[in-house]
Amino acid sequence: MSGADPKTLIAARTAQELRPGEVVNLGIGIPNLIPGHLGAGTEIFLHTENGLLGVGPRPSEGELDPDLVDAAKQPITALPGASYFDSAASFAMIRGGHVDVAVLGALQVSERGDIANWAMPGKDVLGVGGAMDLVVGAGRVIVTMTATTPSGGRKLIRECTFPLTAREAVDVVVTEQAVFRLRDGSFFLTELLDGATVEDVREVTEAQFDVQLDV
Amino acid sequence: MSVQGTIDAEEAVTHIRSGDTIMVGGFGLVGAPLTLIDALAEYSDATDLTVVSNNIGEPGRGLGKLLRQGRIRRGISSFFTSNPEAVAAANAGEIEATLLPQGTFAEAIRAGGAGIGGFFTPVGAGTLLAEGKEEREINGVPHVLESPIRADVSLVYAARADELGNLWYRHTARNFNPMMATAATITIAEAGEIVPVGGLDPESIATPHLYVDHLVARA
Repeated sequence: MSGADPKTLIAARTAQELRPGEVVNLGIGIPNLIPGHLGAGTEIFLHTENGLLGVGPRPSEGELDPDLVDAAKQPITALPGASYFDSAASFAMIRGGHVDVAVLGALQVSERGDIANWAMPGKDVLGVGGAMDLVVGAGRVIVTMTATTPSGGRKLIRECTFPLTAREAVDVVVTEQAVFRLRDGSFFLTELLDGATVEDVREVTEAQFDVQLDV
Repeated sequence: MSVQGTIDAEEAVTHIRSGDTIMVGGFGLVGAPLTLIDALAEYSDATDLTVVSNNIGEPGRGLGKLLRQGRIRRGISSFFTSNPEAVAAANAGEIEATLLPQGTFAEAIRAGGAGIGGFFTPVGAGTLLAEGKEEREINGVPHVLESPIRADVSLVYAARADELGNLWYRHTARNFNPMMATAATITIAEAGEIVPVGGLDPESIATPHLYVDHLVARA
């Protein structure tokens, strides 16, 4: 293993999953690092569920506009060609399948593609935001997550034990070790990253998966 | 309706009575009618309120003021977590918290304003948030029945209004304001700027004045 920062590695690999022209909604955390890894000519359109298609880079101090934030309430800019809309319209876009890709983090993903990313058991279950809408509605759901929790807990597991965000919703999982794709209801390891071996991956993955490496 | 001149925020909040359900626009504090909320905190003693808003403000700011005053009985939101005091109040049983997925929250308000009696959505099916709700399979996909949401009074913010009460929103401060303006018995709009009739491009008016009952200038 090269020891590259896992989050950077995951963001860089996930950027390659996005195709030019796609409308993409990026969640908080690792997904937010993706724009910095898009290759030249990979123009995508970023959607933020609080009402903007055409999110641009973070503003400089002088460009700060209190009426212009992303779903994490952080300041953003709008690119030429951007459009604004209300929240009902924004979620109609999401549920209606008009957002091509949602990239988001997860606490747990099950081997059938169930996802838990909004609440920890025994903790407050009082903030869901747009997480459920996005994983149900987006054309492809890509989960970016480190293979384990900081204390070594498994995240890609047989059954989610945390409150579910949605059932059978995930299409791709990218960790610092591997890319997994859901095909016909089960996961396939399709790519090893950063020198990881299948054994390395099995060691930290509880979910059943087959290996079908892309050539 | 259309509005007849502007009124003071202090007068506007007299329309809110104890036990009312109020809708309050904004995504966090962005696009929130802060002058009206401050007036509600300062001049009104209406209590036992049900608040429909994406968040319950921030600690001591926006709706967070009303929370500290103990005047909120129930919150209907998608994200209480942005105000840790709201989470603490819910956990202590001081407020009743109803959590909805954000798109369901927005659509339920839209339905409330549009005369729709409910809708089936796939969002939330099979999760904690579907508990107690009717589920139905539609085209092979589990859906959840969600009810419309209406309020006694809506408080919304628009960057610009004309003197009839037509509203023009700016950037991501639009968010929940347009649907909330449609879904209450009385809608009170706070505007950053008020222009004469004819001063807004009709093509850019997102909330026509028939939804707006009272207009207040932002302080």
